[in-house]
Amino acid sequence: MSPALRPWLVPAAAVAFAAVLPVIDRTLPPALSIAGLLPGLMVVAIVALGLNLVTGFTGLLHLGVAAFMALGAYTYSIATSTVYPFQIGPWPGLVVAIALTSVAGLALGLPAVRLRGDYLAIVTLGFGEIVQDTLRNLEPITKGTMGINPVPPLVAGHGLPTYYLCLTLLVLAVLACRNLRDSRLGRAWAAVREDELAARSMGIGTARLKLAAMAAGAGLCGLGGGAWAALQGSSVEPGSYDFQLSIGILCAVIVGGLGSLPGVLVGVLLMFGLNQIVLVKLSNALGITGANAAVWAQPTNWKYLVFGLALVLMMRFRPQGLWPAAAGAR
Amino acid sequence: MTFWDILLQQLITGTSNGLIIALVALGYTMVYGIIELINFAHGDLVMLGAFAALTCMGICGFHPTVEGSFPWLALAVLLVVVPAFAAGANWTIDRLAYRPLRRAPKLTALVSALGVSFILVNLGLFWGGLPMEVFGHGRAAASPKDVPDLIGYRNLLGDSAIQLTSKDVLVLTLTVPLMLALTWFVTRTRLGAAMRACAQDPVAARLMGIDVDRIVSLTFVLGGALAGVAAVILALYNNSISFGMGYRVGMDAFTAAVLGGIGNLPGAVLGGLVIGVVRSFSDQYLATAWTNAVVFGVLIAVLVFRPAGLLGARVREKV
Repeated sequence: MSPALRPWLVPAAAVAFAAVLPVIDRTLPPALSIAGLLPGLMVVAIVALGLNLVTGFTGLLHLGVAAFMALGAYTYSIATSTVYPFQIGPWPGLVVAIALTSVAGLALGLPAVRLRGDYLAIVTLGFGEIVQDTLRNLEPITKGTMGINPVPPLVAGHGLPTYYLCLTLLVLAVLACRNLRDSRLGRAWAAVREDELAARSMGIGTARLKLAAMAAGAGLCGLGGGAWAALQGSSVEPGSYDFQLSIGILCAVIVGGLGSLPGVLVGVLLMFGLNQIVLVKLSNALGITGANAAVWAQPTNWKYLVFGLALVLMMRFRPQGLWPAAAGAR
Repeated sequence: MTFWDILLQQLITGTSNGLIIALVALGYTMVYGIIELINFAHGDLVMLGAFAALTCMGICGFHPTVEGSFPWLALAVLLVVVPAFAAGANWTIDRLAYRPLRRAPKLTALVSALGVSFILVNLGLFWGGLPMEVFGHGRAAASPKDVPDLIGYRNLLGDSAIQLTSKDVLVLTLTVPLMLALTWFVTRTRLGAAMRACAQDPVAARLMGIDVDRIVSLTFVLGGALAGVAAVILALYNNSISFGMGYRVGMDAFTAAVLGGIGNLPGAVLGGLVIGVVRSFSDQYLATAWTNAVVFGVLIAVLVFRPAGLLGARVREKV
């Protein structure tokens, strides 16, 4: 095989596997079938890629990524739902969601880029809280805790069309991230991440670069959020885009490998797969989902412990993540 | 009530809440001052402390006191057991999750702290479930738990429209002496001087013969004990605790610490008071639903105009 093709081997194999997965999945017993749950995971992975742009590529610790997902989901919902006058259709709605979320990222970035690491973390965290509260409180516009529904899907058909659509969006997002990383902009981001002072001394305009990273990352999160709303058929209530979700996505990115594209995907598959698929299936299999069962007898109630232990142990023994970015790219 | 009555009332409530927040914020800011770690698990430590207080009350059989008497013994027991528990827990957390990462990049320890926070939340969830006979029967384990009202809700100003309750006095008499004692410890004792030295320059402190690891452990023990006191006060002040309360407590306290200038002890107290008063004013004059957003809005505004917080000094970036 020619050397030029070699880097594409693993990604191509992964995409091929994902493409044939629904066919294999159909032969499995329902208790083990997972294809129906994967589109959700893929959408989360798109959001994780957005976070990876900001935190992995540029080194800005971002603790409010769920807020951008929420903004994407609500923008998409308001633009397309039949309960609002706009109804511009799913695809224009998705574009509007990406655009508006990018602008929100820019708006958050303007005050945030002046701050040092830890202060930036708290401002992004606070932003997440403010967005959540605003969505909850602006009831005439956002329907409060009810969430907006119905929201049209991106393609008709819940089974295969949705699966392949989400897969396509994810592949496109990965490609976009890869190209961004290797571009002039991405290399400048890496310089800012490794040593901001040195980068500034080399004549890199760090503030503008950080703004670009915030906007681009937010845009990807908006795409993920819009796709999430389309997938769920609802904007989902504001409370679901909470700190826990932001941290869950951050965990996935860090466990997989901060700044590493395959790492992000592996991290999401592991952490959210465990949370949304394995623990849920286990609870169902054991038949103890009822409210009467003891708290500790339900596998889903162990998720924070598992998440937390995973983070602590990873940081202790493998802080670079399961699939770290290649040395040259870092 | 007149306008001024309401204003004064909100100031009292805000100050009480602010003092509790300040107590927790001190734990954040002391740890940050020395090892530059945002200890995200600190709020959840307070939550665990509150559960420890509830268990302690259940085991000792403390019940709401009758009118006119004051539960001196119960309070004394709680104020020994819970801070000791929280201090021990905080020491253990540092030893297992943070100390091995002391030389790693800052983000590594921060993520570890997030992990610890998750673990503590889950422990709180299970704790709420386990000894149900201690915690009142038959309630779903994950729901908030009632705490026996030991202090009562007496207005010390008699029939006045303004309420200065026994609970406000409890907060005041516990937190203020504790803060004064902490100030004395940090500024006047040898160990306090060692702490300040470590905060200023750990390497130089080590060269001067200070055992930095021991000082860091001491910081975690102190912060944990303060969190334990805050947990007792919170449980007795609100009479309801839940495994998810650590997030809100932690956020308010962390915001207070950053607002005052993280790493700065008087700043944490000032920040706590500001957050407490802003919260109660927002509850009164805006709407409770917007209060969290208002608090963070204030924080972002302060950071934009004074990026190092209210009392924080501008530090030049070290090269």
